[in-house]
Amino acid sequence: MSTFLALLSRDAHVARRNLVPLLLQILLQPMLLVFVFGRVLTTSGYMPLEYKSLLLPGIVALSMMLAGIQAVAMPVISEFQFTKEIEDRLLAPIEIEWVAVEKILAGMIQALIAGLVVVPAAWLIMGRGLALTLPHPFLFALLCCAVALLSSAIGLTLGCSIGQTQIGLMFSLVLAPMIFFGCTYYPWSALEKFPILQKAVLINPMVYSSEGLRSALVPQFPHLPFPAVAGGLLLFNALFVSLGIRQFRRKAVL
Amino acid sequence: MALGIRTEGLRKVYTSAPPSATPGRGIVGTPFAWRTASARRQKVEIVALDSLTLEIAPGEIFGLLGPNGAGKSTTVGILTTRVRPTGGRAWIGEEEVWKRRVSVKRRIAVVPQRPNLDFALTAREILLFHGAYFGIPPAERQTRARALLERFQLTDRADQLVVGFSGGMMQRLSIARAMMHEPDVLFLDEPSSGLDPQTRLLLWEIVREYGARGRTIVLTTHNMEEADDLCGRVAIVDHGRVIALGDPEALKATIPGGHLIRLQLAPRSPELLEALSRTPGVTEVRPVGAAGADVYADRGGPLVPELLNRVLAAGAGVSDVHISEPSLENLFLHHTGRSLRE
Ligand SMILES: Nc1ncnc2c1ncn2[C@@H]1O[C@H](COP(=O)(O)OP(=O)(O)O)[C@@H](O)[C@H]1O
Ligand SMILES: [Mg+2]
Repeated sequence: MSTFLALLSRDAHVARRNLVPLLLQILLQPMLLVFVFGRVLTTSGYMPLEYKSLLLPGIVALSMMLAGIQAVAMPVISEFQFTKEIEDRLLAPIEIEWVAVEKILAGMIQALIAGLVVVPAAWLIMGRGLALTLPHPFLFALLCCAVALLSSAIGLTLGCSIGQTQIGLMFSLVLAPMIFFGCTYYPWSALEKFPILQKAVLINPMVYSSEGLRSALVPQFPHLPFPAVAGGLLLFNALFVSLGIRQFRRKAVL
Repeated sequence: MALGIRTEGLRKVYTSAPPSATPGRGIVGTPFAWRTASARRQKVEIVALDSLTLEIAPGEIFGLLGPNGAGKSTTVGILTTRVRPTGGRAWIGEEEVWKRRVSVKRRIAVVPQRPNLDFALTAREILLFHGAYFGIPPAERQTRARALLERFQLTDRADQLVVGFSGGMMQRLSIARAMMHEPDVLFLDEPSSGLDPQTRLLLWEIVREYGARGRTIVLTTHNMEEADDLCGRVAIVDHGRVIALGDPEALKATIPGGHLIRLQLAPRSPELLEALSRTPGVTEVRPVGAAGADVYADRGGPLVPELLNRVLAAGAGVSDVHISEPSLENLFLHHTGRSLRE
């Protein structure tokens, strides 16, 4: 247990040292999106004002997803490179699986922080017209944790499956489709006119994250029913946590 | 408490190419679906360890000696839980390594062949966090880290990130880190490769001192002098097998004659080799290369005139003579026909 906490405090220490670049990395992209879609397009009248409220949960989900994935995948990729920085931790007196769990937990915390920072920041940038409600704060917190866990588990899976040279590919081949078909900028029901696509995007874990947060923050808009969100998040969490740990073990033990 | 080490028929077959040797680490050769069919078909199988059986006594300074690719690092990897053996078993003390990984890890430390320092941390933090992983209380961690930084002459750079450290400094820090939790068994994988002579002497002194405190130390090397100087016993490893084992002196005594006189003959004939081998004091003569002959003898220099006489009497000439004293290098050459350094 003390070993696990020490591993966690090592990651916290490193994250704190890189706080400013880390925050910029987490915040910049969502804030640009918020400004262009949530402020410029709505104020100029190209988008209805309600779009602000529809967009916000998607942006929160997106920020958490990106933050979690990057917080885990990037260090894991570089630490497993030929410098083998991770070895000191693999040799710590703890099962290797716990080192993987620690990575997931650390990424999850960073994703949650990203979500926590993005909500007020987006609020400020979007200006008036945001209609957020929080009828079930506890449920919202639970959803956030599920999304955060999902993001860092995906990060671990990706980080342990690709090499340094493929980071660019990861962004363009995996993350971009995941974001654009992840119901971040539109609700799932907006895909009704594209029935095949609408079914197909259900394999995208991002869908359940955005729709879940949408159901918690702006229930006035259409969203996936709760059982679907809960089931999707549960399923993908189980899948990626186990996949991530497995990939980590395969990468760690020769 | 000193712990012994035992291995029984250790075998390791890697099923992928070593990381550094993977050609064009681009898109191919990744666990992704777009791995080409041909890449999947040509399955590599590298037998790193064939059947390695060893017994290292508690408190011993033991050397694994062998050329590159002999399987030394793989052996260390298995004994430190980092490599899963394909076959065979290994014990540290009473505990079987693969089955009891956590408690084994608690009692060992390893200085890897290539420094694997945590680049996100400073030198002192590396030691402190390492101590924390091993559950050492904070005050004790600080004290130990300070002492080790001092001992390894790193105090003035202690609070800098290790990214800018020289190879020698990283190596020293790796060793300091390994000693942080005072392991019962210390593994050093080619500890002095890449060290300047001064640091090497410091390292040897520290290793001896640590050994004198009753700890078991296993070091791998392809440096004869190091094995000879430091190790109570050495195992000579080649192609994943132990080909000779014993204390350096005894091992050297097993080479016929001990001294090696390498002659370049012009020309070399079977009759000449025969004549050379009948020289008093010569125990064995082996042809090497196109025109060379390795003469194993119980003397070195004093035998040369007599050997030359015989060569001249056979109507041949000598273009080069090289004499070496009994050494592990010669021992290796004798067992494998190859030099350790190639
Ligand atoms: N991670 C790895 N994957 C595949 N092959 C490896 C790996 N590590 C070592 N090998 C191969 O195993 C053999 C033994 O290597 P190693 O144990 O590193 O030898 P040494 O340390 O004595 O130089 C070599 O042929 C090497 O190429
Ligand atoms: Mg090696």
